[in-house]
Amino acid sequence: MTLEILGISVLWTFLFGYLIVASIDFGAGFFNAYSVLTGKERILTNVIQRYLSPVWEVTNVFLVFFFVGMVGFFPSSAYYYGTTLLVPASLAIILLAIRGSYYAFETYGARGHKGYSFMYGAAGLLLPASMSIVLTISEGGFVDIVGGNPVLDYRALFTSPLTWSIVVLSLAAVLYISAVFLTWYANKAGDREATDLLRKYALIWSLPTIITAGGIIWELRAHNPEHYARLLEFGWMFAVSAILFVGTVWLLWKRRNYGLAFWMLFGQFAFAFYGYGFSHYPYLLYPHLTIYDSFTNPAMATALIVAFILGLCLLVPSLYLLLRLFLFNKDYVKGKKSDEHA
Amino acid sequence: MGNEEAVFFSRALTELTLSFHIIYATIGVGVPLMIMIAQWVGIKKNDEHYILLARRWARGFVITVAVGVVTGTAIGLQLSLLWPNFMELAGQVIALPLFMETFAFFFEAIFLGIYLYTWDRFDNQKKHLLLLVPVALGASFSAVFITIVNAFMNAPQGFDIVDGKLVNIRPILAMFNPAMPTKVAHVVVTAYMTSAFVLAAIAAFRLLKGSDHIYHKKALHLTVKLGLVFSLGALLIGDLSGKYLAEYQPEKLAAAEWHFETEGEAPLMLYGVLDGQEVKYAIKIPFALSILAHSNPMAEVKGLNEYPADEIPPLYIHYLFDTMVSIGMLMIAVSGLYWLGSRLGWAFIRSRWFRWILFAGGPLSVLAVEAGWWYAEVGRQPWILRGIMKTPEGATTSGQVDLMLYLFALLYLVLGVGSVVVLRRMFRRNPVEREIADREAERIAEEKAKGGDPA
Repeated sequence: MTLEILGISVLWTFLFGYLIVASIDFGAGFFNAYSVLTGKERILTNVIQRYLSPVWEVTNVFLVFFFVGMVGFFPSSAYYYGTTLLVPASLAIILLAIRGSYYAFETYGARGHKGYSFMYGAAGLLLPASMSIVLTISEGGFVDIVGGNPVLDYRALFTSPLTWSIVVLSLAAVLYISAVFLTWYANKAGDREATDLLRKYALIWSLPTIITAGGIIWELRAHNPEHYARLLEFGWMFAVSAILFVGTVWLLWKRRNYGLAFWMLFGQFAFAFYGYGFSHYPYLLYPHLTIYDSFTNPAMATALIVAFILGLCLLVPSLYLLLRLFLFNKDYVKGKKSDEHA
Repeated sequence: MGNEEAVFFSRALTELTLSFHIIYATIGVGVPLMIMIAQWVGIKKNDEHYILLARRWARGFVITVAVGVVTGTAIGLQLSLLWPNFMELAGQVIALPLFMETFAFFFEAIFLGIYLYTWDRFDNQKKHLLLLVPVALGASFSAVFITIVNAFMNAPQGFDIVDGKLVNIRPILAMFNPAMPTKVAHVVVTAYMTSAFVLAAIAAFRLLKGSDHIYHKKALHLTVKLGLVFSLGALLIGDLSGKYLAEYQPEKLAAAEWHFETEGEAPLMLYGVLDGQEVKYAIKIPFALSILAHSNPMAEVKGLNEYPADEIPPLYIHYLFDTMVSIGMLMIAVSGLYWLGSRLGWAFIRSRWFRWILFAGGPLSVLAVEAGWWYAEVGRQPWILRGIMKTPEGATTSGQVDLMLYLFALLYLVLGVGSVVVLRRMFRRNPVEREIADREAERIAEEKAKGGDPA
């Protein structure tokens, strides 16, 4: 395995981690706001708050880790993406800022404040839409080199059906992932009413997720035939993903084994995400940038990998402790531990 | 948008983001240590007030951390969005500490979550205190790593340039550049100092606003003493920073001091105005610049005239430097007087006017941090990477930077106002007097339930 591949694999894994935890987080914020505004607050808010409270800051770090690692391993990506993404990335930062801070304002400062709940719920829904634009741009066809500098073609971007399918997929997937996870979590907490409601949401959002995902593959055939051909080489991964999807929906339908349902969903997204990633190789930005011509020097790459391994030795036990104290702690999940924040 | 405009707006937006972020970042670095000390004192003295102090600080801290995290994410991304050419170049040499910073931040985030939600899980307070250690360490190391990147921009090393390409890259050497020791130490210790004085300002304010509770007096006493210690540390390290500048970035020191001719026995100029190369109405401290630069009143200090006109920073940084130094000195005097007064029983340290001064110390310390960073950044101009890349070369070529500047200005306004409103509301609704009474009642009820004597 070359250093380039090692580097991108690490980063892709962190991005996948972000995809899952952030989806749960964004979706939960949306469901929370929705329940506050429609008077179903009583059913959902407790479960959602219990899960979100101790982990919100951790979610954000996955993202920071990804883009800092990107600049570290592939400095040229800072140039290409940095120059072209000024507007979409700035909007994403603003949404992220509103979401993060208003979440804290609501949770620690003004529990149940409708305005704050709405702010972070809405921001959480717009975020995946704005972030997913980066994936669209990476497919190529939206960046022209003008006078030696990359320039984003907004017209082409916003009139492309690919852009909008990816936006819809990101929204549906966020709500789907979040609802499946929270169904499991609510079930563990022994909260029947919340489980039923969340299960319903999960089933509702499963269909748009799979339809848009399939649609995107089909659209790629016209938009980027090279990528499409590579995608077919990894066809089996998408087939596994689809089977896992059916499994999750079936378990939810039968009201059975929500834990397994979530892990199958995890598998579904992992296969699709890595399948997509492998087929994207070696391009970071079609057709301008590959992982090879943007890679940093070997000295820095080695240093980063050593730092990464040392960092993991610190993080993995800490994360385990966090999960054990809250996520997988029966008393905490059920609300028996009277752990109010500070 | 022309390139010149893009550069201007990129600089403006970076300055705005950093100026806003640094307030929350400074509090984020310093306050965990203060909470730790308060909780530790509480355990040691078996005094509920200090524990409650730690707990209430922690509660407010969450709000500032949230804003610090999101604005930190903003500046992290803006580095690539606004300065893509710089990041492409610098990323090859200095990405390591940036990367390590995310780990420090990760570590802090995990344990902060745990710490906040486990106040009542442990019977032994010491165990709970232990959870705060990684928070404080993570926070301080975040500052260390990020400041290393900034130090590198001032004194780049750890690579060679051959035919315009970076070769022979040594990431560790780049981290341990000459600017690093003084800069890192200065940033960390002033974060502690500022946090102590900000917390002292809160206590002083409560006392001024009619509360006479011993809780606030204890808080004030603890924080002012800590502030004294850290401001003395800042003084010492500030002096060493002067020596670093004289050796490696003499033009930055000379510009701050309006020192034009290279000469010995150089005086330190405070304030004043500039008429050509003549300094008027300044407070002149003889020999002080030579001492600051070389620990020797006779030593020769390099002047600005040694440098080409297009390689010296704007001269208004003199005022930024003076603001930073004056506030630092003032805070040493104020906290020193307080400490002496409390030992010797001087009554004036409990007077209203002195408490007003202590209150002013909080915002003033924050202002000193701002002035210090503006000085550090503007003083490096015209370079973004000293001697290698000038600021305009590093900037984005993208349009729309101006629009982003307005959007972010609006965002920071919303976040700034929001955080203040939430913090005020949080503590107004639950004043300390009531919380102490509630906890006492709870304790008695618990004792009674156990059948013990609630005395």
